[in-house]
Amino acid sequence: MKYLHAATRRELLLASGTLFAWAYLPKFARAEGRDPRFLTIVLRGALDGLATVAPVGDPNWVALRGDNALTLDGKTPALKLDDFFALNPAMPNLHHMFMAHEAIVVHACATPYRERSHFDGQDLLESGLAKPGISDSGWLNRALAGLAPGGRVDPKGSKVFAVGPVTPLVVRGAAPVLSWSPQHGLPASADTAQRLLDLYRHADPKLANVLDDNAKLAAIENAGKMDQKPGGPGPAQVRAYFAEVAGTAAKFLAQPDGPRVGALALDGWDTHVSEGIANGHLSQLLGALDAALAAIETNMGPAWRDTVVALVTEFGRTAKINGTEGTDHGTATVALLAGGALKGGRVIADWPGLKSADLYENRDLKPTTDLRAVLKGVLKDHLRADDRVLAQNVFPGSDGVKPMVGLVG
Amino acid sequence: MTANGKEAAALALHRFGFGPTGDSIAALASDPRGALLAELDRPAAGYLPAANLPSSAAASRAVFDFRAEQQAQKKLALRAQKVADGMAPTGSDASSAASSIVVPPPQKPLPNQPPPLPQQLIQDEAKARFDAALGCEIGFVERLVWFWSNHFCISADKDVAMAGPYEREAIRPHVIGRFGAMLQAVESHPAMLFYLDNVESMGADSIAGINRDKGLNENLARETLELHTLGVRSGYSQADVTSFANVLTGWTWVRPEDPEHGCEFVFIRRLHQPGDQVVLGKRYPDTGVDQGRAVLADLARHPATAQHIAQKLARHFVADEPPPALVAKLAKAFKDTDGDLKQVAKALVVAEESWTPQRGKLKPPSAWMVAMMRLTGVRPDNAIGRILGAQASLGEALWRPPAPNGYADSEAAWIDGVPHRLDIANEFANRVGANLDPLALLDSGLGPLASADTRATVTRAETRAQALALLVMSPEFLRS
Repeated sequence: MKYLHAATRRELLLASGTLFAWAYLPKFARAEGRDPRFLTIVLRGALDGLATVAPVGDPNWVALRGDNALTLDGKTPALKLDDFFALNPAMPNLHHMFMAHEAIVVHACATPYRERSHFDGQDLLESGLAKPGISDSGWLNRALAGLAPGGRVDPKGSKVFAVGPVTPLVVRGAAPVLSWSPQHGLPASADTAQRLLDLYRHADPKLANVLDDNAKLAAIENAGKMDQKPGGPGPAQVRAYFAEVAGTAAKFLAQPDGPRVGALALDGWDTHVSEGIANGHLSQLLGALDAALAAIETNMGPAWRDTVVALVTEFGRTAKINGTEGTDHGTATVALLAGGALKGGRVIADWPGLKSADLYENRDLKPTTDLRAVLKGVLKDHLRADDRVLAQNVFPGSDGVKPMVGLVG
Repeated sequence: MTANGKEAAALALHRFGFGPTGDSIAALASDPRGALLAELDRPAAGYLPAANLPSSAAASRAVFDFRAEQQAQKKLALRAQKVADGMAPTGSDASSAASSIVVPPPQKPLPNQPPPLPQQLIQDEAKARFDAALGCEIGFVERLVWFWSNHFCISADKDVAMAGPYEREAIRPHVIGRFGAMLQAVESHPAMLFYLDNVESMGADSIAGINRDKGLNENLARETLELHTLGVRSGYSQADVTSFANVLTGWTWVRPEDPEHGCEFVFIRRLHQPGDQVVLGKRYPDTGVDQGRAVLADLARHPATAQHIAQKLARHFVADEPPPALVAKLAKAFKDTDGDLKQVAKALVVAEESWTPQRGKLKPPSAWMVAMMRLTGVRPDNAIGRILGAQASLGEALWRPPAPNGYADSEAAWIDGVPHRLDIANEFANRVGANLDPLALLDSGLGPLASADTRATVTRAETRAQALALLVMSPEFLRS
């Protein structure tokens, strides 16, 4: 591991030049007429699925979340998806894609993980294993490595594309990785600073004062600036960062001889306090994510029609709002798919209901769809991954989890 | 091993070393004090294993040549420009000389090109120093090196070539040797003579002084008394400073342009103030260079020096306001052993006062960064420039203290930089944290020192990277 080494844009573009020179894919490989792109976006921190796609048709919905329940006729009305579900109003681009049959929502969805640790949950989400444990490879890398030669994507000579100074686990493995990092990462988030400040207030008042004063100074310094919040990157900065990393990934994947699969991770979804579902923190994050999806569509260009983007998270959040206007670690959530290759415009859900007895352990949305079924369905129909390889190598021990049929058109 | 053993081991690693690595807390738990004492007894303790670094004189000559060449290049380019502009002298000599020289067009540095020689030298030295701090088991001896290097600081801002070699030549051989020997090595080192202006000092009545109408520079003499030995307000007078400065005249270096011995120490009688000198009430006959050696030997044995060093050591390792009993023990060890620094270090380890569970010291940025890298097993490799940059941005640029009293050794000096440390920690964690298990690091890095609050904060972090940033920013990890 190299310390503080991020490949610069220049180095990576050089690297990609080399890649394009030799990773030429023979024409017959695309005899089927589709040259598929598949991008996975890992949302670390546990996305609140109910705040993203609200079950407005469930009779218990408003009672469950009260003022925090998105509705079609609220102050900021949710965007109608079908008679039962509506999308967070911060995501007009995704809504537009949905209406154009280029997006799918899978609800009440979860990995096989049933505990509530971010670290283990993220490991399992990315490793593709059925249980938490050490893994040095991720399901996306194994999926690429396991493709049959001469298919839609030839595993020989192909690389997995990764964004970030550290390659996400989901793309690590035997298949070579091409990675790119933005020149400037985000500064420590306000969330990180707040967690530290809480710790200092309990344990070390001197350190607390310094950190607190610093945040106040930053507030004065940045007074009137819309894009800067004290103690961390502001919404505009986050938005720009999300759009940059997602848009750049799309540029790489759009290249005629570029990588065909890739992944990136976006942090910040751990909304324990003042979640701000309709107006506030989560709303801003979802807006940034929505802009990132738009950047992907734009930068994919004509390749958008051959594209599937999967947005996945380690688990969901509690069904109810907690005592600090947020939500705690939960279980089922949404998986979002976007891209021109989809048979979209559908919310897929075996809806478990929201009555107390319907909830998992009386607190979380109950998982009724295995996320692996969704991912296996995309890998099978989009990349032409083999059933047996999917069940044994990509998601080991998932024979009982059948690939979801008909996601890709 | 007991929980107490582990706690003492963790304390030993943070307070006397550079922080835990891997399973070092467990490894030391049976006898943390014994492990510290054993580090002092290792053969070649204090020396850098990397022996292929140039001497201070060789490095200085190389930089002198490098700069001379650069200057010549610039001058050639200027001449060529004048020729191109038609402003050149028309004399045949000048024009033929100019036209026969090919001046390469200015080039942008390539991404992986090594830095210019002076930066390369200091990066090599810095890397060797960091590697030593990262590689050692506890790091007590390396911490002593850093302490003494700061006590006897020079600045790379004044002389970039000698900063690293000076530490290897004047400090390291003596950190567990005699204070007197270190003092002699330091005050006669060309780096110190240049830093504190003694190379230009000459006796008013010396041959050179008379011929050039020049005289004394008392900087080195004053700082030796005030900072290096006795301590400020310890009873010496201006007359002592002047006399001592006279004693030190003639202590200088060979001019850098000398190709074989440039920048080596030399005593030049021609610069030396003739006659006896009285320093602190004692008469020192003019024995040339030995006159200065004799004064330094007496300063090393002075009780005020023992007290001054004891105070600084206790403050560095234990508390900003160290317990007087501890200072007294260290001063006694210093006096009883004629400044045997190994025995003083042992007295520090053995003293009960050194093991107070209160952890009021705030690690300086450099030690905190090393601890962070040790904890994660991350090595600087080719990124030494970025590490040095981060350290400088935290206000503790390596070998570049703002003044001869070195970097401050107190919480007050460093606490305002803590918010910026969060940015450094965040960047570091984002680069390395995703591959690491933060809960395992919590145990290996803090063990029983971790409070329930810190444990909860790390456990509840949103991502591994955030968990690592919070861990290295926890009070228990920031403090020693």
